[in-house]
Amino acid sequence: MNDASPPLQSSVVMNRKGSVAAVSVLDLHKSYGSNQVLKGVSLVAQDHDVISIIGSSGSGKSTLLRCINLLEMPDQGEIRIKDELIAIKRTVNFAKPAKAKQIERLRTRLGMVFQNFNLWSHMTVLQNVIEAPIHVKKIPNSEAIEKAEALLHKVGIYDKRHEYPAFLSGGEKQRAAIARALAMEPQVMLFDEPTSSLDPERVGEVLKVIRTLAEEGRTMIMVTHEMHFAREVSSEIIYIHQGKIAEQGKPEQVLGDPQTEQCRNFLARHLRPRDTLKLEP
Amino acid sequence: MVEVLLQYYPEFFKGLRLTLILVGLSVCIGFLLSLPIALARLSNIRPVRRLAKSYIFFFRGTPMLVQLFLLYYGLSQFESVKESILWKGFLESPFWCAVIAISFNSAAYMAEILVGGIRAVPRGQIEAGLAVGMSAHVLFWRITLPQAIRIALPNYSNEVIFLVKSSALASTITLMDLTGVTRTLVSKTYMPVPMYLFAGLLYISLNYTIAKFFKILERWLIPQRHA
Repeated sequence: MNDASPPLQSSVVMNRKGSVAAVSVLDLHKSYGSNQVLKGVSLVAQDHDVISIIGSSGSGKSTLLRCINLLEMPDQGEIRIKDELIAIKRTVNFAKPAKAKQIERLRTRLGMVFQNFNLWSHMTVLQNVIEAPIHVKKIPNSEAIEKAEALLHKVGIYDKRHEYPAFLSGGEKQRAAIARALAMEPQVMLFDEPTSSLDPERVGEVLKVIRTLAEEGRTMIMVTHEMHFAREVSSEIIYIHQGKIAEQGKPEQVLGDPQTEQCRNFLARHLRPRDTLKLEP
Repeated sequence: MVEVLLQYYPEFFKGLRLTLILVGLSVCIGFLLSLPIALARLSNIRPVRRLAKSYIFFFRGTPMLVQLFLLYYGLSQFESVKESILWKGFLESPFWCAVIAISFNSAAYMAEILVGGIRAVPRGQIEAGLAVGMSAHVLFWRITLPQAIRIALPNYSNEVIFLVKSSALASTITLMDLTGVTRTLVSKTYMPVPMYLFAGLLYISLNYTIAKFFKILERWLIPQRHA
């Protein structure tokens, strides 16, 4: 399956039951100067899907994820959140969201977790979590705090809620960042290599949180290098090679029986025993 | 030597008081003015950007003494200014001329400091704000500006200390600030050494206090830097 992009003709993607896909991306192209990073990528996430995007560095997987909430502007292609097409204004020199209000509203429905956490350094953990609910969603302070504390309990850093990010370990920072994203009650969670800048012994605690979210049936799209984890939690795995989807399917299919040479080589490099994960019970 | 100081020290403190008022007022006005200037400086609209750049260019490029004289001696040359409602009690007074000159001057410097701070805010902090759906407005006031000010804090401290010293120029337009008082006392007593030494001591104490204040402010605003 060399050209695995699904044949998307109609722009609104339905699943078998006839409901609209949570996220559908159609034929994305993106270049930086002469460097073509994405060369026509399409992706559909139905509700409750957990899609893991894998691939070597520079393959375009992070760019793809960041295009979904328009942190990167695709040069070409369509992105839909449910049945709403994100309007993009393009001129010769640049592209930007056509309607600021629309993209702001859609971003509140897409929770993003970054590789480098990006917690706001001038706020405590709790302030980080309540910031967007209060100042974007305009919910009352007390309600925001209550929800935030529940979320911090859930990710296991309630006792660190009054600390500044600089005083947390990487794993704690990332769990705080996950709580911050969840506080907006997003319909889809986007994870951009959430464990790639963590110490190895801190990876497990973050994966445990992400696993819980997957088990709750949340819709998630995740760029990751944790192959074993991806195999366990994903409903679908997408292997990207040089800006194109090279393989796509069930985890056992893509990871167990890869069809392309590149994917086999990639997996040979990434599935070595030292990567074996020990998840906390 | 000690006797003259004992005799005249209330005068010194009157002068110090005026210096404090001049600097305090100018720092506040300058800071408020620096915000729109910095924003204009970073604007995407070219004429707006140009305007801010010219403002900064003018105030950084000319001596404050020249600006002060231009205001104080220059404005009275224009009948239209003298007849305007701004003249009586405002533009005619050396005090307000000094405040205007010092605060416009500091606005230029503080705008540059702020622009530097805004540019130094890490991209990831901004992206995190965008990703939760912040509007440009919320993003600026809640994330960019608080972080930019923290980044720029040491430079603000320098700028305020610099202003304290520049405020001595106000004495050239008849104001009895610390320097003005000292000059008068020197011509009265013919004892420049104890007078200027004492004035210097007062200036240095004031600046020491300001530096300390900024250290405390930094500790309060940026706790992680003192882990």
